[in-house]
Amino acid sequence: MKNNKKVSAIAAAAIMASSTAVMAGEVEVLHWWTSGGEAASVGYLQDKLSDAGVSWTDFAVAGGGGENAMTVLKSRAISGNPPTAAQIKGPSIQEWGDLGFLADIDAVAQANDWDSLLPKVVSDVMKHNGKYVAAPVNVHRVNWMWSNPEVFRAAGATIPTTWDDFMVQAKKIQDAGYIALAHGGQAWQDATLFEAVVLGVGGADYYKKAFVETDMSALQSDTTLAVFETFGQLRQFIDTNSPGRDWNVATSMVINGEAAMQIMGDWAKGEFKVAGKSVGTDYTCTAAPGTSGTHTFNIDSFAFFAQADASATAAQAVMAAEILGSDFQEVFNLNKGSIPARLGMSRDKFDSCAHDSMDAFVASSQTGGLVPSFAHGMAVSSAVSGAIYDAATNFFNTNQSAEEGVRQLVGAIAAAK
Amino acid sequence: MLNLLEKHLPKIVIAPTTVAMIVCMYGFILWTGLLSFTKSRMMPQWDFVGFEQYVRLFDNPRWHIALDNLFIFIFLFIAISLVLGLLLAIFLDQRIRNEGAIRTIYLYPMAISFIVTGTAWKWILNPGLGIEKLLRDMGFVDFEFRWLVDPDMAIYTIVIAAVWQSSGFVMAMFLAGLRGVDDNLTKAAKIDGASAIRLYWHIILPIMRPVFFSAIVILTHIAIKSFDLVQALTGGGPGYASDLPANFMYTFAFNRAQMGVGAASAMIMLFGVLAVLIPYLYSELREKKS
Repeated sequence: MKNNKKVSAIAAAAIMASSTAVMAGEVEVLHWWTSGGEAASVGYLQDKLSDAGVSWTDFAVAGGGGENAMTVLKSRAISGNPPTAAQIKGPSIQEWGDLGFLADIDAVAQANDWDSLLPKVVSDVMKHNGKYVAAPVNVHRVNWMWSNPEVFRAAGATIPTTWDDFMVQAKKIQDAGYIALAHGGQAWQDATLFEAVVLGVGGADYYKKAFVETDMSALQSDTTLAVFETFGQLRQFIDTNSPGRDWNVATSMVINGEAAMQIMGDWAKGEFKVAGKSVGTDYTCTAAPGTSGTHTFNIDSFAFFAQADASATAAQAVMAAEILGSDFQEVFNLNKGSIPARLGMSRDKFDSCAHDSMDAFVASSQTGGLVPSFAHGMAVSSAVSGAIYDAATNFFNTNQSAEEGVRQLVGAIAAAK
Repeated sequence: MLNLLEKHLPKIVIAPTTVAMIVCMYGFILWTGLLSFTKSRMMPQWDFVGFEQYVRLFDNPRWHIALDNLFIFIFLFIAISLVLGLLLAIFLDQRIRNEGAIRTIYLYPMAISFIVTGTAWKWILNPGLGIEKLLRDMGFVDFEFRWLVDPDMAIYTIVIAAVWQSSGFVMAMFLAGLRGVDDNLTKAAKIDGASAIRLYWHIILPIMRPVFFSAIVILTHIAIKSFDLVQALTGGGPGYASDLPANFMYTFAFNRAQMGVGAASAMIMLFGVLAVLIPYLYSELREKKS
């Protein structure tokens, strides 16, 4: 396409110009990183861009895990006035790409050799029809279990490594007068816990078949029944006040020693840090029961929207290059608790939990244990993940039998496809 | 010329409002109706699939819970608000002292948004923070009040919060109605020896029929558009046990890229409203004519 050539020429010019910092341009960025550490990370990107001569118009829409932001984005895109870049992740990038809204930034990617910087699982998510349309900022590991070793000592329990062992240890903790599992009863948290059980009970191959490919025979297998049985057993280890509780309130229960464990992604680490706790002594991070050697990933990324204006396209290219820069990746991920999306970076400044996560990320990408998180919109379309949310949260909050849980899950996924 | 202008001025002045209403109300109703017959997912698209989205909607267990909740909520909310509002109005109408101050106190919740009401009641009803903890700390160790975290009872907490917010407003409407009743009628009834109950039941309440009409119409539309209250108070939880159709519609149309199902649920909500309002409006308007 003639137009594409022009774009790549401009993009190439932009990359050269960015080093001399004489370029003018503007990016408008839609995101929902508005809380403390996240806002600081975005601020850093903003500074990097202004050094490169690109001004930044902040378009932050807070709340609802990005749901509000997506609503705003849709109306902007339909009216023909999309922002330069927007925080979009996972299969949604493909949905937007299919609708023809995204910009091809392959020129930037080639110039900076993204194919060798990014693991294939990551770069696959960022491409639409083989062309880069988005840039990843981080990799979260979701299958973490955070524990308070003090509570374990007091109860005479050990940190469980399988779900069967979890039931035994949790019983001990409960008998000693503590809450075994800190949990917030919101749909996404129920789904996060469900996801850890799916991976721990069913293993990575089953996980991929049933919850990524949504293969009906895998979903109707006895493994799914076993998953629901284990998931149902967890109800007894959660305090009755959990409905509606925010995840960070649940984390603070582990910090205060009211509760022993929480299954939550690595963003929980920020809460421990803010409370002045140190890893190893005050809290520990281990893989969720039965999931060591696997890694459920949740990657945040910026997708780039096609622009009518050439200077906006040029500024967009500068932003894309900057996001994959090692400076930004390091600062951003230190703030957010995640690990860099690109390989081959110095890991000195990261803590031991992040090191574990990096090791698991690289190792599991070879063994096939690296799986996308369905609870965080990485594995399936929003319709299907919504269906899984409904089935998991309804099962967990009622006294449904495991058979009924399987039936509802299968029905909901079939209806949403 | 001037004459012509004079003749058409009212129409010209009214026209913008009429156009805005036709487009923004009926236009969008029609658009939503059309969308509900398409296979729209993330964005509107115009491949028509007949009633498929309605079939999917009614196959969804979450939709049935939302519908059941709406019936429970509408019935209890309107009934309790009317009874409480009417009783408060009758008591206030007994020429008591400081009526102005008391009236303001009861009316004030109406000035608060549903988000604030929802958040406050979320804390009050939370077993670990609110009433249950308060009474247990006071020594009633076995006291239990945990509707908020009970999937079977959570919808009733929404009724409580909504009644708290709206019954003061209903009271104000009834009070205005009571003040409008001709004093001579009450005096005549008293001379005839009617008891207070007979007086209200047979004379005053029938006169206030239009007030009932307005109150019910206003409460019904508050009930059906209740979205923010659920979002703030329970978030639809535990699970999705306290979902209302408006929350269902928003989730499916905007969060889950199922615009077709969302539009279908919106149409069902519309028909629900019409099914209640049309017979009521019809009977009210016909009676006035005769």
